[in-house]
Amino acid sequence: MSGRDHTRWRRLRAAAGIFGTALCAGTAAALLLIILGYVVQQGATAIDLPFLTQIPRPVGIEGGGVANGIVGSLIIVGIATLGAIPIGILTGIYLALYGRGRFPDVVRFMSDVLSGIPSIAIGLFAYTVLVQPMAHFSAVSASFAFMVMMLPIIVRATETAILSVPGTIYESALALGSSNYAAIVHGVLPAARPAIVTGLLLAVARVTGETAPLLFTAFGSQFWVLNPLRPMAELSLQIFTYALSPYESWHQQAWAGALLLIVAVFALNLLARLILTRRARV
Amino acid sequence: MTETQVRRGVAARTNARNSLMRRCFPLMVGSATGIFVLIIAALFVELLVNSLPSIRQFGPGFLWSSEWNPVTERFGALPFIYGTIVSSLIALAIAAWIGILGAAFLAEFSPRYLATPLGFIIELLAAVPSVVYGLWGLFCLAPAMQHYIEPALQRYLGFLPIFSGPAYGVGLLTAALILALMIVPTVIAISRDLLQAVPAEMREALLALGATRWDTFKMVVLPYARAGIFGACILALGRALGETIATTMVIGNRPAISLSLLAPSYTLSSVIANEFTEATTRLYLSALIELGLVLFLISVLVNSLARLLMRAVFGTVVRP
Repeated sequence: MSGRDHTRWRRLRAAAGIFGTALCAGTAAALLLIILGYVVQQGATAIDLPFLTQIPRPVGIEGGGVANGIVGSLIIVGIATLGAIPIGILTGIYLALYGRGRFPDVVRFMSDVLSGIPSIAIGLFAYTVLVQPMAHFSAVSASFAFMVMMLPIIVRATETAILSVPGTIYESALALGSSNYAAIVHGVLPAARPAIVTGLLLAVARVTGETAPLLFTAFGSQFWVLNPLRPMAELSLQIFTYALSPYESWHQQAWAGALLLIVAVFALNLLARLILTRRARV
Repeated sequence: MTETQVRRGVAARTNARNSLMRRCFPLMVGSATGIFVLIIAALFVELLVNSLPSIRQFGPGFLWSSEWNPVTERFGALPFIYGTIVSSLIALAIAAWIGILGAAFLAEFSPRYLATPLGFIIELLAAVPSVVYGLWGLFCLAPAMQHYIEPALQRYLGFLPIFSGPAYGVGLLTAALILALMIVPTVIAISRDLLQAVPAEMREALLALGATRWDTFKMVVLPYARAGIFGACILALGRALGETIATTMVIGNRPAISLSLLAPSYTLSSVIANEFTEATTRLYLSALIELGLVLFLISVLVNSLARLLMRAVFGTVVRP
């Protein structure tokens, strides 16, 4: 092979290789669009006002909706968020400020590993510590499972956010005579807030689509339930149940529910991203 | 912005509530961390304690017995461990290729006007709830597999035992495909960050020698990030191992070990999802929780490995 041929061969190989990588990235993106398109096509026809405002009807009766599931999701995720915010953010602060040494490293590692623990195992945990002692399923046990799932995300987001705040802010606060506490709470934390909020929103988005732990914690319900100590309906759980049912009308409702869920989760993700990019521009 | 905040902070210091908070703050931070650690420890302890009846009854044989009979109360985990590991490994084999090459495009080759929207779309792919993947898999992918893809596989590759038997649509292969789709974004996102972190001098050195961009990627960039990317793949494997809802909807849920990838199978997480609320006896419940414990231990192992690998490459942990 002459030198020129070899150069041509190398160029050809480069073009083929780069095209291959483009194909892979394109395939992944295209699959999302295909799935999205399908969910929109199937779901859009089934979403109407009764679907959003009524509770499920018994099998065989047309109509009905998932209003109780939507409200249930809000309650369950809401309680989980209320629990996860203080523990997660304070642990993140601990890791960022006092985070040198063996113990913080262990905490960090445990947090990382926890973020990879399957949600169903966390559901079993919630079952053993809350459902079994109470002797019945409840929304709070689902909230507890969700809270455990949110914690590592919030801890990590808080730690990174605080560490990315320039140390000069902390130091200048101290130099002005402020206490360590005031320097952190009034100096460093406000600067880190957008990134912390972003992490929080991503954590909420992460559990909003989660179904597995709900099967034996919230359990689901056909009725309006607002008491978090009782079994409660939840949107993603309803989608799961409806999808596996043999009824065509329920399948349609499952698609409509899926569309609703995707819109909610994407909105949370977009919002999270927006907050972060807006901060970057300032 | 920050200057006013600092000033406000100094002023706030004088108020009394603040001084109380100041004294409590280290306590609050410390106790929150304590609670966090306690929760993680309790997760393991609770699973272990509640598995004890089953562990006492079946011993280590639980792991390699393939009988699963709630009526006679004989329980063994092997079919579920097999289904979990095989479906996840196939998923990883597919997702690793698409993910690493896709990440290479986003980090190395693509013009910026393409990289940003593509990256964003792929990030959204990670945000799609697993029940939606399950729904799509059940009503779209499974019928397509049953009527087109699996018959074609049988026609051309049917002599292989892994493609024998009837085409159900739902089964190991379908579950593996859905799982692959679900973990591709993980591989892409982390690999892209790792590739971007490769020092520019490495590339420039090889480009200066006259290498093409592809050769540079293959000979310098990829080897440099290799351990980290391997870690990313392991992390993605961990995701696949624990995925519950989507797998449950498309794997067919039959506790049998079959060589054929077209046959229905079962995973650790889906048997828990399906049978937990129906478990009537203490031993049955305990056996299901022990399956959860096995899953927990597998994912702790896999995730620790992944974190250590990624830490080894860049000094700090890259997190998705």
